[in-house]
Amino acid sequence: MDLQTLSYLVVGATFALYLGIAFWARAGSTKDFYVAGGGVHPVANGMATAADWMSAASFISMAGMISFMGYGGSVFLMGWTGGYVILAMLLAPYLRKYGKFTVPEFIGDRFYSKTARVVAVICLILCSVTYVIGQMKGVGVAFSRFLEVEYATGLLIGMVIVFFYAVLGGMKGITYTQIAQYCVLILAYTIPAIFISFQLTGNPIPQLGLGSTIAGTETYMLDRLDMVVTDLGFKQYTTDVRLSTLNMFAYTMSLMIGTAGLPHVIIRFFTVPKVKDARSSAGWALVFIAILYTTAPAVGAMARLNLMTTIEPSPGEYLVYDERPQWFKNWEKTGLLQYEDKNGNGLVEYSADPATNDMVKIDNDIMVLANPEIAQLPNWVIALVAAGGLAAALSTAAGLLLAISSAISHDLLKGMIAPQISEKQELMASRVAMALAIVGAGYLGLNPPGFAAGTVALAFGLAASSIFPALMMGIFSDRVNKEGAIAGMVCGIGVTLFYVFQHKGIMFIPGTEFLGSMEPNWFMGIEPNAFGVVGAIVNFAVALAVSRVTAAPPASVRELVDHIRIPVGSGDATGH
Amino acid sequence: MSPLTEQQAKEYWRRNVSLMVKLMVIWFIVSFGCGILLFDFLNQFQVGGYKLGFWFAQQGSIYVFVVLIFYYARKMAALDREFGVEED
Repeated sequence: MDLQTLSYLVVGATFALYLGIAFWARAGSTKDFYVAGGGVHPVANGMATAADWMSAASFISMAGMISFMGYGGSVFLMGWTGGYVILAMLLAPYLRKYGKFTVPEFIGDRFYSKTARVVAVICLILCSVTYVIGQMKGVGVAFSRFLEVEYATGLLIGMVIVFFYAVLGGMKGITYTQIAQYCVLILAYTIPAIFISFQLTGNPIPQLGLGSTIAGTETYMLDRLDMVVTDLGFKQYTTDVRLSTLNMFAYTMSLMIGTAGLPHVIIRFFTVPKVKDARSSAGWALVFIAILYTTAPAVGAMARLNLMTTIEPSPGEYLVYDERPQWFKNWEKTGLLQYEDKNGNGLVEYSADPATNDMVKIDNDIMVLANPEIAQLPNWVIALVAAGGLAAALSTAAGLLLAISSAISHDLLKGMIAPQISEKQELMASRVAMALAIVGAGYLGLNPPGFAAGTVALAFGLAASSIFPALMMGIFSDRVNKEGAIAGMVCGIGVTLFYVFQHKGIMFIPGTEFLGSMEPNWFMGIEPNAFGVVGAIVNFAVALAVSRVTAAPPASVRELVDHIRIPVGSGDATGH
Repeated sequence: MSPLTEQQAKEYWRRNVSLMVKLMVIWFIVSFGCGILLFDFLNQFQVGGYKLGFWFAQQGSIYVFVVLIFYYARKMAALDREFGVEED
């Protein structure tokens, strides 16, 4: 069977599965719609959280980024996993105990202020919308590359699928499809990795293969890779620091606290039955995530080595362009690989020096997408990678859309504009909000605003500097008051946006950056994507200072804080 | 009403925070410590084909994170039982 038919079959089968789940897991109440009825098993929630969390960027781009950044890519590995330790210990159990439906709702109650709630909704929408654009693009791209469907058509198909299970089932439908999507994406990720690790090192476990010798030799894989890349003038793979130690520190910390502050991740922990389950569920989520995240550095390093040795089979002897392999031609067509014969000798000369380098473009994404072809794996593996990329993008998109739509229907509509509506009306409203959110996200995916490229990293900075500190202070302090929390959130997110805009342009429009994107202008050498941690520090400092000089919160807040810190007791009190 | 007296509630929270602080110190050491600040120093040691600092940054820290969360969940379950605040 040819690759095209096979890809259609595999992707079609997974979509049929998601639709089946959509019909089975329909939501009957707002509790079903917002928190899947609150009865999801902690292991199941862990798996759903893993799919919710691992986006198109994790699946398609991350290994490629590590591939070209070497050690510097560790910021993603540590940053996107370490956040779960923070979630498990500092946030999830207490927010679960609080027992309501949305993140802004907690902020509004804890800081006894509708303004605080609205500010939280705005921060939530800012970070979730920037994030969802990336997922919609991921859906369109996966369709167009693997199934040769038009980008727009692919995006529409993706929207229809999400529409079915998210509008019908809300969090309930999303939870069970995410579990299925996790299984698809993790198989699609690990199977090629196992093949490649075995081919290269003789060890089928990628995590061990990365530390092994190259099959049939005494040379360690990583030593060989270091040698090959330094020969061509690149920095040594295993020690290539991203800009500076301080920058790596800030980048890792921003991603960690951003992870802990992303609403679509936090609300997943509202779906488990008990506080105890919220703690262990975070552990399970990280187990499922770690399977991919410890495989990714192996994929990155091995794919880099395979690519290098294809282009330069032995030192000083380059691939002849006319004899290039089929995958090279395929990916040239998509524009992800670009060759330009600088000295006209017909050889593919790849080096760190732009004057002589013939490989003018090697896109990060190719390391995962083309990997099975480079390693000459069977067609069904390639078809599976297509289904996996779609699963990763759809599962994250659905989680984000739920966070957005529940903020609209529950926080804005039920919480403020029309508190008198019945549960049935609210359920209807939440379905309408979800449908609108899907259409909106689809529109942004079709007409990505100029700033779409750099947005996923921005979402972390925004969550890190606004929502995370507010939640932390809400749980760990009973002295921080509404004035402090509101001022903190506004200043934190403001500073982060200001820094990103001044270096990357207002709304990322080129030419509007007023301080230039040049490194010498960066505050202590910290790149804009790593700035969330500075925004968070500003948020904490402002909130604590303002709270000190304004009136203490009322006694009821003290009770609320005492209440969320202990797993049992006056559980029903949350209904008022 | 809370099932604990004010004194007990304080003690429960104090022990939770002290456990949390200990584990967060480990969290910091394996990632920011071993993976970033002590990276060059640790790289003089070798584990199989991995330089030790590189291993912590791309593998080891993640494994430790997983262990930390489950350890915390287990310890807290025991603490809940001790104070009689576990959910049925």
